[in-house]
Amino acid sequence: MDKNYLDTVRNSKPTQFGILLVLFFALYHLVPHNDGNYFWRLPSLLKGIPLAINNVIFSALYDWFPLKVWDPIFEMYEEKAAFREFTKAVSQGLLFLITFVRELLLGGDKIIDVFVSDAWLKENDWLSWPALPWTAGAVGAFILGYQLNGFRLGLLGGIGAVYIAIFGNWVPSIQTLSFVLITTPICFVLGLSFGIWGYLDKKVETALQPVLNVMQTMPQFAYLVPIIALFGLGDHAGSIATIIIATPPMIRNTILGLKRISPEVVEAGLMSGCTKSQLLFKVLIPTARRDILNGVNTVIMQCLAMVVIASFVGAKGLGLNLKIALNSLKIGKAAEAGLCIVIIAVILDRFTKAWANKPVDYFENLTLFQRHRSLVIFATAILVFSIIAFIANGYFDKINYLYIIPIEKGLTIAHYIDAGVDWVWDTFFYTLNTFNKFLLTQVLGPMKKAYLGMPVISTFTLAMGVAYIVGGLRTGLIVGGMLLFIALSEYWDRALITMYMATFAVLMASLNGIIVGSIFSQTERGSRFILSVCDFFETFPSFVYLIPVIFLFNITDTSVLIAAIIYATVPATRYTVWGLKSVPLSLHEAGTMSGVSRMQRWTNIEIPIAFPTIMLGVNQTVVFSLQMVILGALIGTEDLGQIIFGALSRTKDGAGVALTLGVFVSLIAISVDVIVRKWAEDRKKALGLL
Amino acid sequence: MSPTISCTSVYKIFGDNAQKLLSENKGKVDAAKFQEAGCIVGVNDASFDVNKGEMLVVMGLSGSGKSTLLRCISRLTEATAGKILVDGEDICLMNNKQLIDLRREKMGMVFQNFALLPHKTVLENIAFPLQVKGVTTDNSIQKALEMVELVGLKGRENYFPRELSGGQQQRVGIARSLAVEPDIWFLDEPFSALDPLIRKEMQDEFLRLQSVLNKTIMFVTHDFDEALRLADRIAIMKDGIIEQLDKPDNIVLNPATDYVKRFTEDVPREKVLKIESIMDGVDPNASSDFAISKNEIIETVAEKILNSKEIIKVTDENSNIVGSINPSKVIKVLFGG
Repeated sequence: MDKNYLDTVRNSKPTQFGILLVLFFALYHLVPHNDGNYFWRLPSLLKGIPLAINNVIFSALYDWFPLKVWDPIFEMYEEKAAFREFTKAVSQGLLFLITFVRELLLGGDKIIDVFVSDAWLKENDWLSWPALPWTAGAVGAFILGYQLNGFRLGLLGGIGAVYIAIFGNWVPSIQTLSFVLITTPICFVLGLSFGIWGYLDKKVETALQPVLNVMQTMPQFAYLVPIIALFGLGDHAGSIATIIIATPPMIRNTILGLKRISPEVVEAGLMSGCTKSQLLFKVLIPTARRDILNGVNTVIMQCLAMVVIASFVGAKGLGLNLKIALNSLKIGKAAEAGLCIVIIAVILDRFTKAWANKPVDYFENLTLFQRHRSLVIFATAILVFSIIAFIANGYFDKINYLYIIPIEKGLTIAHYIDAGVDWVWDTFFYTLNTFNKFLLTQVLGPMKKAYLGMPVISTFTLAMGVAYIVGGLRTGLIVGGMLLFIALSEYWDRALITMYMATFAVLMASLNGIIVGSIFSQTERGSRFILSVCDFFETFPSFVYLIPVIFLFNITDTSVLIAAIIYATVPATRYTVWGLKSVPLSLHEAGTMSGVSRMQRWTNIEIPIAFPTIMLGVNQTVVFSLQMVILGALIGTEDLGQIIFGALSRTKDGAGVALTLGVFVSLIAISVDVIVRKWAEDRKKALGLL
Repeated sequence: MSPTISCTSVYKIFGDNAQKLLSENKGKVDAAKFQEAGCIVGVNDASFDVNKGEMLVVMGLSGSGKSTLLRCISRLTEATAGKILVDGEDICLMNNKQLIDLRREKMGMVFQNFALLPHKTVLENIAFPLQVKGVTTDNSIQKALEMVELVGLKGRENYFPRELSGGQQQRVGIARSLAVEPDIWFLDEPFSALDPLIRKEMQDEFLRLQSVLNKTIMFVTHDFDEALRLADRIAIMKDGIIEQLDKPDNIVLNPATDYVKRFTEDVPREKVLKIESIMDGVDPNASSDFAISKNEIIETVAEKILNSKEIIKVTDENSNIVGSINPSKVIKVLFGG
């Protein structure tokens, strides 16, 4: 054989991967498993990091930059740390806003209390803002929906509200809604500002990218402990956690939208003589309107996905009810609360989408009344229904069903659901249990053991090797560096468990997604249908997926994994459909004229062209799986998530532990992302798709 | 009278150390050498004037630097070196406020892909430059209505850009650029994105507008025929250098470089050349039946000349006889040889 041929073989990727695998398994079997051996496990040199983070947080809170603050009760100046005063002010401001909206809708006297003295308020017990009757709320939702996109959207809003009310979930739903109504605008303003800043200044964008990557891949739990340390417990803490989670996508959407504006439009603005601010507010933002409003939609969805997690730091509403029901294993109640969250999510999703796509008519010649007609009808309807509710007070003797239906008096199907679950349990117990046992002992158990038996040197060889082959030396070093950070901590074994669960979920979800996506995208109608199914599933907050599986498979790795697989199948399917749809028509025609069968078309034309896009979907699958695996700690697993979750009750170094482990999880996700993205880009370039 | 636009040794070089590289080479720019140093040459030593009421067409293929040159003069990009005078003032030295005032008062620009604001109607798009200037809504809409009529879009005032055809969108772009009544009008390949038939129609429309408005115009195109049809003078660019700047007929008759020659080779001469360029001296034997102007394009009068079979008198603007034309010359132009 000649030398050139050997060189080609040596440089071919399959050969390189083959050599890498051989090396990996050789190391796996040759490295002895004992504690002193650094090839087996690295020493936990970075053990001190969580405590160090904690010390920084607490010294910032209590010692750093003391200010003299006037204490009105003791009538003297007191030394207080500036940062502590700042976080206090933020907490109080947020809490005031949330309470304000909540009382506006649900009634109460806390806001009035802020403006008058306690004693005076007690003497005058008439002094309380009345709640909005649910009937008025439902009509309001109908009119709003009607105004945005016609009768059908109005009906969706109205019926949703009626359902929530008669099932007795009105109060917690409005509590959740008020939380969303305050948190969303804050995310919007923050996201828009940072997005604009990133757009205007390349350096800022470069600095933002890695921060956003980490923020979007950190498990939501990781933020909770630090937030409690900084801001205490309450609705405001939940709101802050949500702001941290929901702002990054808003920033990304804003930058994306602004970047998509054609440079000519910017130039046209400049040549029209715009000043910088005119250019920003009259040209750039309105032109990117649709992307920005889609960002708002994402923010709202994130807010609702966060309600259960926010309840861990004291947010009230549906999330808290769901958490309590889950803790006491009341599936019916949990399902009902979950359904309400889904209903609110769907309504807000459709409303904001309709708003984003609503064209603005500047030149309607309308009278003042016509212009504000719906506002007038809205106000009248609310007034009328409030009066009806007030009159009904005399009619009902104990509970005014036209005002607010308390949860005990609402309709409920909880016992039917419970009965259904019991029936499933009784009927399929044997089957489910066998399946569960089989999966645990035959698949998951061995897989977990294999992961835990992996010497650190072979893990690094594999990860860095793949990164090197795909993206070169730099990518290899980046991935290695990120993993090293985890390996030098005391949580490497936990991280391996997380990785094993994520790997399993990713494999299964990708497989499902590719199959489902391929089947449905055979026809135009099918792909439209499956994409809207994906849309629908994506409005489900992540923990909703946990409800059914716990009751089928108990608290085991199986439940968490099945939830993760279902959750992560959504992006895999979506990207598969996108990828397959992006195959050019001319290629299809060329295939048809070459006489390919359906299967040949799929394996020889569609999959190769769509594969880079599908891999980007797999990338998303990794993030989704990790999120759900960590969320699984909510019901008990033994990976990183469990410790992050457990940090909630660790006062000494909880914040540090949670943040450190959160970063670990995000490093795992980013490592995969670095490799996959690079591969997909190169592949797309090779195929001429970029 | 001083020219409206005057450029002296304008350079635009993209890259981090363009400034340094340029001063090191003392203005002698070699594109290949600069590329090695990581710089890309956009405009290379451009010097020319545009007089009041004149239309200069900058013609070149993609990557020739024609759009970059236009953007330097409107200061949408900063020139790396050189002097750009607009009405005697160096715009490169202007601060942001002066620049905004200049654009609000004196300049209008039309873009290849129309660059209309998608969230504004036809009327609002046209009124936009007036509104950013601070003109009241009533006055700006009034003015915009006039412009709508001028560009022939009456009845479509409240349409959104997405509801219009390409030609209609560009009419809006033209109206917008004219709304502030600028002296200087920049057009960056305004008709390139349009279908051939619409393009012809828009060119006619453009000539009609110019005959009424008499602006100072810089018009960028990659279409040599378009340049010949519209221009008072043409600047042909290649790799950032102006290869030749002259009147259309001179370019066709005397291409300065081989590159320019390749464009002119296929051009039907009769469509470009004027009688002036093929006429002979005053001939006493010329028929006295009729005379033709020396400024006529050959094609438009060819039939008339060939039918007469005699030598014909040629006159200037003031009807003085300045020469004669022999039909054989016209045949030569028409059929070559």
